[in-house]
Amino acid sequence: MAEPMAKTSVGPPPPRATSDPAWVRWGLTLLAMTILTVLVVIPVVSVFAQAFSKGIVVYFENLLGDPDTRHSIVLTLTVAPCAVVLNVIFGLAAAWAITRFRFSGRSLLITLIDLPFSVSPVIAGLVFVLLFGMQGFFGPWLRAQGIQILFSTPGLILATTFVTLPFVARELIPLMEALGPDEELAALSLGANGWQIFWRVTLPNIRWGLLYGVILCNARAMGEFGAVYVVSGKIAGQTCTMPLQVEQLFVGFNSPAAFAVASVLTLLAVATLLAKTRVEALARQSMKEATQARQESRGGTP
Amino acid sequence: MSPIHRHLLPGFSASLGFALTYLTILVIIPLSACFLTAMSLTWSQFVAVVWTERARSAYALTFGASLIAAFCSVWIGLLIAWVLVRYEFPGKRAMDSLVDLPFALPTAVAGLVFSALYAPNGWLGQFLVPLGIEGAYSRLGIVIVLVFIGFPFVVRTVQPVLESFDSEVEEAAASLGANRWETFRRVLLPALYPALVTGFALSFARGLGEYGSVMLVSGNLRNYTEIAPVLIVESLEESQFKDTGYAEATAIAVVLLVASFVMLLVINWLERWSKRADG
Repeated sequence: MAEPMAKTSVGPPPPRATSDPAWVRWGLTLLAMTILTVLVVIPVVSVFAQAFSKGIVVYFENLLGDPDTRHSIVLTLTVAPCAVVLNVIFGLAAAWAITRFRFSGRSLLITLIDLPFSVSPVIAGLVFVLLFGMQGFFGPWLRAQGIQILFSTPGLILATTFVTLPFVARELIPLMEALGPDEELAALSLGANGWQIFWRVTLPNIRWGLLYGVILCNARAMGEFGAVYVVSGKIAGQTCTMPLQVEQLFVGFNSPAAFAVASVLTLLAVATLLAKTRVEALARQSMKEATQARQESRGGTP
Repeated sequence: MSPIHRHLLPGFSASLGFALTYLTILVIIPLSACFLTAMSLTWSQFVAVVWTERARSAYALTFGASLIAAFCSVWIGLLIAWVLVRYEFPGKRAMDSLVDLPFALPTAVAGLVFSALYAPNGWLGQFLVPLGIEGAYSRLGIVIVLVFIGFPFVVRTVQPVLESFDSEVEEAAASLGANRWETFRRVLLPALYPALVTGFALSFARGLGEYGSVMLVSGNLRNYTEIAPVLIVESLEESQFKDTGYAEATAIAVVLLVASFVMLLVINWLERWSKRADG
């Protein structure tokens, strides 16, 4: 917590040992603002400026007139929710097993969940090519069965799910650990079955943390580039998600259209941030309440 | 947690079984496939693929650019975290949320917009290119996007540590005759080291794996702005014409994977170290 003294003081604060001289304060603040402006504000503003540079009509023509771009929007809106739903189910199962039971290999499991974060997106795509590609382990068999995974939607969903796998689990594990099993045990002793415990006790307690994880997971799923780039084969109108469409249009010297698609993705990012800020506060509060309740129920013994 | 209720709650085998199956299908089997495929090469073949001049230049660029970018991110991140925690000014909350934008913005968009901004006719390029500063299709461009992607990690690791500082320590330093700069250098900065190092490692690790933004901003000029992941993609695209198949692409991937696993270990170790330093 920052010192409450500094926040409430009005006018020039008296020279104190823990505050900097005014010129340092304003100099550093100005420098930080300048850096953020050049690094973040100008790029975001310029996305929209470039997208609308030929007028609003051309903007919507670029966005909705091209069937390939339309398809990329639909594809992203298909792939991302699939990945999010899969990872929510996984996150809930993993968090339940990890926080409600003690078993050997528990910390190994936590490390394993984090693993996709440290794998380069391109490699995340590559591993699925190795499995399902023509010369891959299951490629020939899949082809004999007539199942297409690579260069089609299932491949995109797999790669996106891999890359976004840790998001939900990572939010839920610390939260459920802090909540502890007491309420669930109480429900159990009152005769509730597993599903009743989950729907009536666990889920209401973790809803904000879960939503926070979903927001982060979804933002990454919609924006993922490297992994889907490798597994998609970049077939316009078939396997290009929005980020891939941005690249395809840019490489094809169609900058205004690339920026039009990019502007939609940027809007998504801004919406994500707004939702995240709101939900983050609620998630933090439920975490704090959980910790407090646990401490009280233990009767102050350390 | 006491062992009494160990298996009182239902769903242990179901949830653990599902989680393990899911991880096996999505993570363990695919990553093993990577190492298995690379092992189909002999050692000398492996070295011949991963140690060509082109590959060396790509590693050097990937590591060098990530290192420089992480170094810049540390200073920028420290400055922004300091200003956000210590000072009150209009627009502070907006600034705080802006820091998260690089986390949320798709990397393809970042690459697109940075290459347009620093191109000779771009908003910033029109002033910078005549001065000889080429921020698009150059190594400098790679560093700029990696700083954009990396600095939020530093802000978000330093900020909570800075908030937790007790003002008494600074008052004590001042009462012993230290001026503000000395207090910062001798008292505050050493206490921030663990957080700074963690932030550095996180943004460095992120830079090593980054692909989308770098490939769009760099133009992938051979032996100049070609990063290691680009080599993987390229040799994957060529793989159908070679009898070694995917093995060559996988060999370079294994080098990067091992590098990022080492980074992961270092980050874990640093986090434990900084927790211990906190006491």
